Amino acid sequence: MNLKQAFSLALKSLSGSKMRAILTMLGIIIGVAAVIIIVSLVNGVTSDLVAQFEKMGSTTINVSIMGRGGNRSVSIDDMQDLVNDNPKLLKAMSPSITLNGATTKNGSLNVNPATLAGVNEYYADIKGHEILYGRGLQYADSEYRLRNCVIGTYVANELFGSKNAIGQSLKINGITFDVVGVIDETADSKEASADDIVLIPYTMAQKITSGFSRGTYIFNAASKEVSSEAQSLIEDYLFKVFASENAYRVSNMSEMIDTINEMTGTMSLMLACIAGVSLLVGGIGIMNIMLVSVTERTREIGIRKSLGATPWDIMSQFVVEAITVSCLGGLIGIALGIIGSYGVGAIMDMKAVISFVSIFISFTVSALIGIAFGYFPAKKAARLNPIDALRYD
Amino acid sequence: MIELKDIYKIYSDGDSEIRALDGVSLFVDKGEFVAIVGSSGSGKSTCMNIVGCLDIPTSGKYFLNGNDVSELSEKELAHIRNRELGFVFQQYNLIPKLNVLENVELPLLYKGVKAKERKQMAMMALERVGLADRANKFPSQLSGGQQQRVSIARALAGNPPVILADEPTGALDSKTGKEVLEFLKQLNSEGTTVVLITHDNDIAAQIKRVVRIHDGKIVSDETKEGN
Repeated sequence: MNLKQAFSLALKSLSGSKMRAILTMLGIIIGVAAVIIIVSLVNGVTSDLVAQFEKMGSTTINVSIMGRGGNRSVSIDDMQDLVNDNPKLLKAMSPSITLNGATTKNGSLNVNPATLAGVNEYYADIKGHEILYGRGLQYADSEYRLRNCVIGTYVANELFGSKNAIGQSLKINGITFDVVGVIDETADSKEASADDIVLIPYTMAQKITSGFSRGTYIFNAASKEVSSEAQSLIEDYLFKVFASENAYRVSNMSEMIDTINEMTGTMSLMLACIAGVSLLVGGIGIMNIMLVSVTERTREIGIRKSLGATPWDIMSQFVVEAITVSCLGGLIGIALGIIGSYGVGAIMDMKAVISFVSIFISFTVSALIGIAFGYFPAKKAARLNPIDALRYD
Repeated sequence: MIELKDIYKIYSDGDSEIRALDGVSLFVDKGEFVAIVGSSGSGKSTCMNIVGCLDIPTSGKYFLNGNDVSELSEKELAHIRNRELGFVFQQYNLIPKLNVLENVELPLLYKGVKAKERKQMAMMALERVGLADRANKFPSQLSGGQQQRVSIARALAGNPPVILADEPTGALDSKTGKEVLEFLKQLNSEGTTVVLITHDNDIAAQIKRVVRIHDGKIVSDETKEGN
């Protein structure tokens, strides 16, 4: 008996008891669908996160200077020179002097912006800010220490409500600033989001923090391709100045994307393993039903043996039947998994990205389960003594 | 052809032991028609199971076509059952899920005969028992006599040299029983060796050589002249 015959025999046997076949497959179907849905949704979340980070700019390089005392220091002009001297690697630079804990007030209304920073005229470009109303910060604002500021939509809503924010004034640490621009919404104007932001000229920030010796800078690499080269350039420069790697930290957005991918990859694997447990349970279900089937068909096995079926013939009949059940279950599970991924994604407002690797792996696993869990009952059937099997009622 | 030499089959049940076969020696030549007759529990079925390579004797030697069967593996025994022997059972033993044609094809399937040829051979066997028009029916749709003829067709399909029939008429009325017996006689006249097991003396009376078994021992072995 060849495999094709064994397969058609298996299909015949399954179609003879459809309800049982479907219930047997259910474990595998649920297992495979669960693996595919979970992996698809985690993939979707990952790709969303990565896209967001890429929007922030994978060309963005953040530099924080901790300093190490003494007279080793870098000035804003030194950093700007670095950009001017290396146009092929670096496009722009802005200091980013954060004013931690500063409150922004308009009369009795006040907010604690997630980002309150002193920056220069290039900052908006580096961050990809679009100006909704008014204008962005300009060279003159920093050069003449003008008390102007640009705010995000969240801050504008909180402090000025529906009024036009341009031309209004607000107070930061008791100093009055005029609003000259509002940045277009990027994160639904939520608190603590990218829209919860106030930007002032860095020279004003230096004044408020009374002297600027340590701080952060943000660079824009000339292109994605040269971003790590640009990062090394900055690191080399800073090492020359400080002679210690502990005095500064340089980080690149693409590194963060790698970290996200790594984290969500681990999460996805963990969740897929949990879903994989149901595949295992499904396999045990197959084994159980195959054992019942062997017992039920003891007499048939005896007849087949009396007609010259070898142990191998009997064994392949049952193993192929188990594989057929598990593979059929796997295929249905894949179909349901794909439909379910988009369905659950739509309901939970998540993007589903179907992973072909997860489809391939879950199908292979379900086929292997068929072999593994079909083997034992098949072996039992093959070992039956023909005369005992014939006498069985 | 079939040669049993001092065959014992002993079942031990705790302290007591049951000697189903107690030193049986038998020789059946090619082309013979032998009836093994005995009451129930006499050991005649055990004898047939051993001859049919379905069961293994506790001791003794069994030669089939000169080959020592007790030395063979499970797989080789399956090949012997497939190529050398055809079984006809009292309860027909057709597989209910398969139709008549598929049932008759089974021994050919295990022989490795290709699908087209298999179908042809199975149809020929069905024609010989006069049931070619029932090929697509299921066993449950046939009468007892028809089912027994299907099982004979199945035994014949691979043209085995020996047919073993275990009470083939036991579940049939006397008229259809007679028909089945006539058919076996006809097969025998065409050269097939037939070994028939029965408890029925009326049937035994119609067969040339009669071997009587009682309590696991052969008590008589008579061959009628003529007939």
